Amino acid sequence: MTDTSAPIGLTAARATPAAERDPKQLQRWIFVGLFLFLCAAPWFAYPIFVMKILCFALFASAFNLLFGYVGLLSFGHAAYFGMASYVAAYTAKFWPVTPEIAILLGTATATLMGLVFGAIAIRRQGIYFAMITLALAQLVYFFAIQTPKFTHGEDGLQGVPRGYLFGIFDLANDMTLYAMVLAIFMGGMLLIHRVIHSPFGQILQAIRDNEPRAISLGYRTQRYKLLGLVLSAGIAGLAGATKAIVFQVATLVDVHWSMSGEPILMTLVGGMGTIFGPMVGAAVIGVMQNYMQGLGSWLTVTQGLIFIFCVLAFRAGIVGTIGRLIRRDI
Amino acid sequence: MPDGTRPPRLTVDGLNAWYGPSHVLFGVSFDVAPGEVVTLLGRNGAGKTTTLRALMGMLPKRMGSILFDGVETIGLPGRRIARLGMGYVPEERGIFASLSVRENLFLPPEIAPGGASEEEIYGLFPNLRERRFSRGTQLSGGEQQMLAIGRIMRTGARFLLLDEPTEGLAPVIVEQIGRTIAALKAQGFTVILVEQNFRFAAAVADRHVVMETGRVVDTIPNDQIGASMGRLRGYLGI
Amino acid sequence: MFELIGIPPQALLGQLFLGLINGSFYATLSLGLAVIFGLLHIINFAHGAFYMLGAFAAWFGLTHFGIGYWSALVLAPLIVGAAGIAVERLLIARISGLNVLYGLLLTFGLALVVQGLVRNFYGSSGLRYPVPADLAGGKNLGFMFLPWYRGWVLAISVVVCLTTWFVIERTRIGSTLRAAQENPGLVEAFGINVPRLVSLTYGVGVALAAFAGVLAAPIYSVQPEMGADLLIVVFAVVVIGGMGSILGSILTGLGLGLIEGLTKVFYPEASNVVIFVIMVVVLMIKPEGLFGSAQ
Repeated sequence: MTDTSAPIGLTAARATPAAERDPKQLQRWIFVGLFLFLCAAPWFAYPIFVMKILCFALFASAFNLLFGYVGLLSFGHAAYFGMASYVAAYTAKFWPVTPEIAILLGTATATLMGLVFGAIAIRRQGIYFAMITLALAQLVYFFAIQTPKFTHGEDGLQGVPRGYLFGIFDLANDMTLYAMVLAIFMGGMLLIHRVIHSPFGQILQAIRDNEPRAISLGYRTQRYKLLGLVLSAGIAGLAGATKAIVFQVATLVDVHWSMSGEPILMTLVGGMGTIFGPMVGAAVIGVMQNYMQGLGSWLTVTQGLIFIFCVLAFRAGIVGTIGRLIRRDI
Repeated sequence: MPDGTRPPRLTVDGLNAWYGPSHVLFGVSFDVAPGEVVTLLGRNGAGKTTTLRALMGMLPKRMGSILFDGVETIGLPGRRIARLGMGYVPEERGIFASLSVRENLFLPPEIAPGGASEEEIYGLFPNLRERRFSRGTQLSGGEQQMLAIGRIMRTGARFLLLDEPTEGLAPVIVEQIGRTIAALKAQGFTVILVEQNFRFAAAVADRHVVMETGRVVDTIPNDQIGASMGRLRGYLGI
Repeated sequence: MFELIGIPPQALLGQLFLGLINGSFYATLSLGLAVIFGLLHIINFAHGAFYMLGAFAAWFGLTHFGIGYWSALVLAPLIVGAAGIAVERLLIARISGLNVLYGLLLTFGLALVVQGLVRNFYGSSGLRYPVPADLAGGKNLGFMFLPWYRGWVLAISVVVCLTTWFVIERTRIGSTLRAAQENPGLVEAFGINVPRLVSLTYGVGVALAAFAGVLAAPIYSVQPEMGADLLIVVFAVVVIGGMGSILGSILTGLGLGLIEGLTKVFYPEASNVVIFVIMVVVLMIKPEGLFGSAQ
């Protein structure tokens, strides 16, 4: 009986009693612990695998910035992730640019797409927003199919060189690459953390909880929502572009609608509207995908079942549930 | 008049109800005899409409006892309570905008034999016949009220809950509604009436149950209303 | 033989006709989505999966039990509709009252499960379903060739859509449905079993999708993803038309199919995306959709 009156946004995961206590302190310590843990991670886990999870954790966190904190469910984040991935892969492969420039170009592309798509999709809310973003992402998918000169069609862009970071550090070395990915991941996460706790982020959450009220307080909510979407798209693009350099490929899989489902699932599992939920979800789903490799469609079935289970019985997600137990927003 | 020998048709005992987390009815108790017209009086927010909604099973959480014709309805869903013979005319009349007048009239299923026929309803409210193919919300307020009452008379329910049937209506329409309620009473219908219009209530009712902040605070038979006027003024702030 | 801007009329009319066939699928599916949305306030992301199940059930019945096309046209919607009722009772009913986005996520998960299961057992290459013998062949009308089966698909789709409209707008059960869309609590207080009406509505909505799936089986190859890709286009159709009007859904579906057919003739590269582009344009001009009302 707890969630029946949630007209805007999905506020289920919020640990409201904790609102009085400042959650930032705890979150900072968790960030410190996370950083130390990730510094140590390549010594006990495959660096490539950890980097994959970091890319998807950033992707899911970008999605959650929009879903969990603005209340907009985007079903088309693959468009930003995938296009940034193509742009980074293409520029790294065919242009004389260093990898960080390629990643920046990919991120910029996604940001710009976020601005254009946002201006269109923001005109509707709720389920319409979800359907529109899905349709726009499908537009991008068909664009990718029909421009084989750019995307290399079914084959995708393969053999993308990792190159030299700033023209100096050889990213062919997994550890160097790992350091770069870790820096990007931490940078992206801290940016999201910063945004959420900024006055701008507070307004976004006010819009999520009660948009008519935010409007009556004089906020031009459409602009805030659009800016939230642009940020989310840009960070999703950062994740996609980084992934393209790490795995040295960009393919149609990255822009397919099923890719848009990934961050949704990760966010749902980890806890929507929590800072650390999406990355926990990304780790859980990443490990699961790893173990279920070769089981083909059973993976899809399992993911579908997890969706159903989370919606029916586990709406707060892992981190949201922990947050409720310890009465803190994390 | 309650004759004391027949058991009451409705006995409400210690009714508590909640809207979400907020507790809105606190131990409401009263009963209604067969053929009686009882009004619920009180200021805005006293819990009159909520009481009707609780009787109809429309509140998610209720406790206490509601005995209707000997059946405990506190745990029953609304549709089962309606099927026991309780007809409901909600506040604001509840006319469906996407349905024509005739569709509105035929929406509630017949729950007992002996309901008014379509012709009888048009005989009572001739305006409805002319407008039977109009959209429900194209009617005037008075016509909507007639439709809402006619709609429930068609079902054969003999126990009616009327929520502010005179609200916002012109005096001539209020008079017609008053005649209708008197006619229903003459036919042996039992009625619970929520009313703000005290003069209207005094003209049609046998008994007045006064509510304040979700509680029953007084019960005044209509024949003692003159003597209790001072008390009533205090309750109602008139 | 005259030519229209370099296009022979045979090709033009043929493509327009194909467009109408596609449009009839858009119409049937968006109609089902709109009916479900009207009462349940969820967008049924599993709609494409149920469409695929309809086609798949027809194939399965023919392959394993020798059940022919005409029986499948009746049986598949019944079976899938029953499955839909079970899904509503067991899953969707549990989240009523929650934010509507949960319905989208739940049915998305359901679609993944159904598609994954079918792909797991039958692979993702298309299964062939023959055109029923009664409707094989066609007739040359002089200005175009009309395959009987496609003519049948168009005709029966229009009949089914108009019947749905008639039932909702002109019958007693339809008026109950409309009333329940407006104020379910009051309808329940009149003695009507609203939860059962909700289950039934979902069942009928997905049965419509399954019916479309059976119709599609001899035209498109039967494969697990056939509904998912189609559904995304149908979402765009729904955004363009708005979900307020039944006739609006039908007209929008057929009209967009026609436009898609035209695009195939004049600018084939854009035919995949033309509906999405129209969606963008409509959102710029009339965000609530052609037949929608501003909330």
